[in-house]
Amino acid sequence: MLLITALIFAFLVQQSWPFIVEHVSLEFFTGDRWLPVSLPPVFQIRGFLVSSAMITALAIVVGVPFGVLAAVSLAELLPHGISVVFRSIFEVTAGIPSVVFGFLGLKLVAPAVADFFNLPTGLTGFSAGIVLSVMILPTLISLSEEALRNVPREYAEASYALGASRWQTIWRVVVPTARGGIAAAVLLGIGRAIGETMTVLMIAGGRLATPGSIFDPMRPITALIASEVNNAARFSVQYHALFTAGLMLFLITLAVNAVAASVIVGKKGR
Amino acid sequence: MKKIVMLVLVTALALVAIGCQPQKTTLDVTGSDTMVNLGAALAEEFMKTNRNIEVAVSGGGSGAGVAALIEGRTNIAQSSRDLRPEERTRAAARGTLHEIIVGWDGLAVAVHPSNPVNELTLAQLGQIYRGEVRNWKELGGNDAPIVILSRDTTSGTFVFFREFVVQERGQKRDAEYHPDTMMMPSTEALYQEIARNPNAIGYVGLGFLRPTIKTVGIKADDASAAVLPSVESVLAKTYPLARPLYFFVVGELTGALKTYVDFVLSDKGQQVVRSLEFVPIR
Repeated sequence: MLLITALIFAFLVQQSWPFIVEHVSLEFFTGDRWLPVSLPPVFQIRGFLVSSAMITALAIVVGVPFGVLAAVSLAELLPHGISVVFRSIFEVTAGIPSVVFGFLGLKLVAPAVADFFNLPTGLTGFSAGIVLSVMILPTLISLSEEALRNVPREYAEASYALGASRWQTIWRVVVPTARGGIAAAVLLGIGRAIGETMTVLMIAGGRLATPGSIFDPMRPITALIASEVNNAARFSVQYHALFTAGLMLFLITLAVNAVAASVIVGKKGR
Repeated sequence: MKKIVMLVLVTALALVAIGCQPQKTTLDVTGSDTMVNLGAALAEEFMKTNRNIEVAVSGGGSGAGVAALIEGRTNIAQSSRDLRPEERTRAAARGTLHEIIVGWDGLAVAVHPSNPVNELTLAQLGQIYRGEVRNWKELGGNDAPIVILSRDTTSGTFVFFREFVVQERGQKRDAEYHPDTMMMPSTEALYQEIARNPNAIGYVGLGFLRPTIKTVGIKADDASAAVLPSVESVLAKTYPLARPLYFFVVGELTGALKTYVDFVLSDKGQQVVRSLEFVPIR
């Protein structure tokens, strides 16, 4: 697995290298003009980086509370029969193709968002973030639930022995103990959200300017790559620039996963 | 022993059957999404009377088609825009470059049916897409921000519109689409947004026009009359926003390739062009 990741990294670097060597400067990160058709072409990715960050942040902020709540319900509160049903529902949701989510977002979420917030258009980072939060729920829930189940029963029993109520035991003993695993779940949810392509391509709005707010139309890195890589003439400057953007995405995802891994290791080490 | 004989006989029969099929030449046509339905219709009509030539049509965008042509992965590149200088050099390096106009396309400018604005000059359209005019009330419409829609950078339509409208036919070489322009991943997505959004404006090829949206009359300049987009107005050259549709071919125009190109340029081929709401060459 490590070898494959290393090979992917090497491939990305190799394909980006001509661009990195000749054209990357501070402006690559600080500018938001992406003009592949102009002469000379201009490639700056600030707009895409900010868009990816905003949409992922919203997905997490909305998804985590619901995810943790659902995980707690499944692990601690619901009777066995009902929790089995809900777990199946979440697993099915995990299997729905992202293009279906994109379609639902287009038809249901975007118009509702436009009406509710009185926006010029519903195709915004907000709509994309909301749909993404639903898409990452299965990941968040299953990992958080596992973390909760791994909390030794003795902790809860000790808490009851001291006179704590069910509610107090859950929220002051079990959940805090599982916070390492829950944090890992959140980090993996972040990785999933950053990498989502189809949904954001369809819903986020496609505006190249750096977004001022989550309610602006925007274009994350994944949507940029998906919409242009097919048509960039092989080995042209645009081709290499797109690979460089992809490399950035890869590095960010790697960093997130590395933090997640160290958090899990840290938790187990306790 | 019997089984081996049977196996050999069956294999021999199969080989004979395969060998007996008439030799089929395949032509690959790829490129413009604007032209993909047209390409498919032309191919279908052609193959009715040319059973030994197979024409395979695919889309992906004018840019993709030209890239494929340069890399030798296709026979014909369909394109709704002209070649860029570096594309022309790279293509010509592979052999004689043929740039064949097979039809014309009008670009309709579409708005929501409730939008009171009915006509725009080319200059005003440029101002909208460059972000110099941001509110409909500056054009006699409602007090609402203009939501600018476009195709994305891989679309030949995008490139043509940029040169023709945003850069005013090359007069404003440094002009670009305003960064607030929303790039829709497909014509379908563009339609969806225009149908839903009372303040949106977008451009669509004539061949994809639908009666459910409203098109804006275009005036070449302040003094001209506003002309609505249609096959007739493009043929009559009164509709200003029109562009040629190309077949790009590299190398010798012989054999199956020549037969096909001749068909497309013939009256029968041009009838197909017309039937898809594009404009024939004559």
